[in-house]
Amino acid sequence: MNLMQLTLLEQAVFVLAALVLFLSFAMLAQARLLAGIHVFAWQGAVLAAATGLVAAGGAPHLFISAALTLALKALLIPWMLHRLVRRLELERHVEPLQHPALVLMAGAGLVIFSYWVVVPIERLELVTTRNILSLSLAVVLIGLLIMVTRRQAVTQVIGFMSMENGLFLAAVAATHGMPLVVELGVAFDVLVAAVLFGVFFLHINESIESLDVDRLNRLSAREDDT
Amino acid sequence: MNALLIAVFLPLAGALVLALVRSLALAGWLNLGFCAGSLAAAVWLALQILRGGDLTGDGFHVDAFNVYLVVLTALVGLTTAIFSRPYMAHVCRDGQVSEGRMRLYHSMFQGFLFTMLLALTTDNLGVLWVAVEGATLATVLLVSLYRTPESVEAAWKYFILCGVGIALALFGTVLVYFAAQHALADVAEGLSWSALYAGADRLHPTVMAIAFVFLLVGYGTKVGLVPLHNWLPDAHSEGPTPMSAVLSGLLLNVALYAVVRFKMLVDGALAATDKAAVAGHLMMGFGLLSFLVAGLFLHRQRDIKRLFSYSSIEHMGLMTFAFGIGGPLATFGGLLHMLVHSLTKSAIFITVGHATHIAGTQTIEHIRGMIRTQPAVGWGLLLGVAAIAGFPPFGVFTSEFLLLSATMQSWPWLTTALLFGLVVAFAGLFRHLHPMVYGKAPEGQQPVAANMLPVMAHLGLVLWLGIAIPVALSRWLDQATFLITGSHLL
Repeated sequence: MNLMQLTLLEQAVFVLAALVLFLSFAMLAQARLLAGIHVFAWQGAVLAAATGLVAAGGAPHLFISAALTLALKALLIPWMLHRLVRRLELERHVEPLQHPALVLMAGAGLVIFSYWVVVPIERLELVTTRNILSLSLAVVLIGLLIMVTRRQAVTQVIGFMSMENGLFLAAVAATHGMPLVVELGVAFDVLVAAVLFGVFFLHINESIESLDVDRLNRLSAREDDT
Repeated sequence: MNALLIAVFLPLAGALVLALVRSLALAGWLNLGFCAGSLAAAVWLALQILRGGDLTGDGFHVDAFNVYLVVLTALVGLTTAIFSRPYMAHVCRDGQVSEGRMRLYHSMFQGFLFTMLLALTTDNLGVLWVAVEGATLATVLLVSLYRTPESVEAAWKYFILCGVGIALALFGTVLVYFAAQHALADVAEGLSWSALYAGADRLHPTVMAIAFVFLLVGYGTKVGLVPLHNWLPDAHSEGPTPMSAVLSGLLLNVALYAVVRFKMLVDGALAATDKAAVAGHLMMGFGLLSFLVAGLFLHRQRDIKRLFSYSSIEHMGLMTFAFGIGGPLATFGGLLHMLVHSLTKSAIFITVGHATHIAGTQTIEHIRGMIRTQPAVGWGLLLGVAAIAGFPPFGVFTSEFLLLSATMQSWPWLTTALLFGLVVAFAGLFRHLHPMVYGKAPEGQQPVAANMLPVMAHLGLVLWLGIAIPVALSRWLDQATFLITGSHLL
C-alpha cells in the first residue's frame, strides 16, 4: 500500500480512523472511571471529525451523521454518564486493570486478527477501505474486550458504546454511511440504550449496593448447585 | 398496502396511547383491543398476499414467507394479551408491581409487537436491525419489572449480551452493504433485501461469507444458539410470564427469520463457488449443538420457567439445523416447526403462569399436584408438554418427523444424533412434569381464577395441524418453501 497515492483528504480520514483505534487502547488501559468517560468522549469527537471529512469528500448527506455523532457520542452520552457517576459518588473510583500486560497484548492480537479477517476483501480495489474496515473491526473487538475484562457497570457501558463507535466507523469509511433512515434508527436505538443503561445503574446500585457486576451472580449460582 | 400499514403501525399507536392510560382495567382491555385490530389487519394482509402475490414497495416487502409469521405474531400477541389482562391484574393486586410500572408494561407490550411486525415486514436490512435492537430495548425493562435483584441481574445480562450480539450483526449488515455497492447499479438500494436478492449472484462471495459469520453470531444470540444462549433462561424466568410467552413464541422466531433471509442472499452469492453450502453448514453446526446441549440442560433445572426456556433453545436449535440442511423437505419442516413451536410454547408459558400462581413459587420441587388442585391447569400442563416433547398426534410430531426424514435423506448419520437429542429432551421434560402434575398437592393449595381459553385455542390448533394440515395452509407453507429453496415440495 502506498499512502502517497491517496488524496490528502483520504489520508486525513485514515489518520483519524487510526486515532479512533488508539483511543480504544487508551480506554482499555484506563483505570479511572472519569478519565475513561473523557477518552470515550474524545473518541466520539474524532469519529465525528472523520465523518465530516468523508462528507466533505463528496458525500454531503454524511454531514447529518457527523452532527449526530458529535451531539450523541461526544457530548450527550458522556455528559449523562458523567452525571450518573457524580450522582452515585463514584468520581474517585479507580478500578485497576487485572493483568494489564496480558490485556494489552490481547488487544494487539485482536488488531492483527482483524487484519487477517479482512485480507480476503483486499482484492476489491480500494486500499483505504480495506484498512479502515480492519481498523473498525479492531475497535469493535477491543470494545468487546473492555466489556469482558472490566467488572464495573459503567466501564462495561463505555466498552459497549465504543463498539458502536467502531461499527459507525465501518459504515462511514467503507460504504460512505448507511442510508439516512437507518442511521437515524441506529442513533435512536443508541440514545434509548444510553438512557436505559442509566436506569439500570440505579437499579443495580439499589439491589447490590455497588456497580461491580461480578456480584450479579445469583442466577448463575442457581444453575451451578443443582 | 393499507392492511400492512394497519397491522404494523396499530401496535405503535397502542404503545403511545397505553403510555397515557392511567386506569389499569381500561389499559388491559385496550391492550387486547389493539392486538385484535392488528390480528384482523394481518389476516386481511395474508389474504391479499395469497391472492395477489408479493407486495413490495415503500420500504416493505411481504411474501408468503413473512406473512405467515406476521399472522402468527399477531395471533400469539392477541392470545397473550387475553391471558395477560387478568394475570397482570392479579400480580398488581399482590403488590409486586406499582401502577406506574403497569403502564410501562402495557405500553412496552405493544411496542414490542410493533418492533416484531416491523422487523418481519421491512425490506430494508438496516431497518430490520433497528427493529430487532428495538425489541431488546422494549423488553429489557419488562424483564426487570419486579425489581428483585435476580430480575435486575437477568435484565442486565439480557441487555449486554443481546446488545453485543446485535452489534456484531450490524457489522455484518455493513459488510453486506459494502458488497452491494460493488454489485448493484443503484447504490441507494444497497440495503433493500429484494434488490439484493435479485442481484445476489453478483455480490462478492468472500465478503458475503465473512458477513454471514457476523450475522449468524449476531442474530444467533437472539435466537438463543449455544454458546450464546446464556441470557435466554434468565430473561425468561425472571420476567413476567406474558413476556416469557411472547419472547419465546415470537422474538426467537423473528431472529431466526432474519438469519434465514440473510442465508438466502449468501447462498445466492456463493452458488457459483466451490463453497456453496458454507452458510447452511454453519447453521447446521450451531443448530445441532444447541439442540443437544439444551436437551441435556433440561435435566438440571429446578425452576419451571428456566426448564421451558431450555426447551425453547432446544427447539430453536432444531429449526436452525433444519434451515441449514436446506432443501424443500427440511425447509417445509422448519417452517411448520416454527409455527407449532410458537403456539405450543406460548400455551405452555400461559399454563405455567397459572401454575406458579397456584403454588406461589417457580421452584419445580414445590409445584405439586396440579391436576388435583385445578384440573384445567394440570391437564393444560400435561398436554402442552406432551405436545412440545413431540408426541403424536400433535403438530410438533409432524414437523419433527419431516425433519428426521429430511436428515435421513441428506445426512443419514446425523439422524442418530437427532434421535438421541429427542429422547434426552423427552426424558428431561417428563421427569420434572410427572410430580408437578400428579404429585401430592400440599395442604391448603387453592385454585386460582384461570382463563384457559388461549391455551385451549393454541393446543387445539397444534392438534389440528398434527392430524390434518389444511390444504390452504400447506400450499401457503409450500409457497414459502419455494421462495427459500427455489423448488416446491408438494
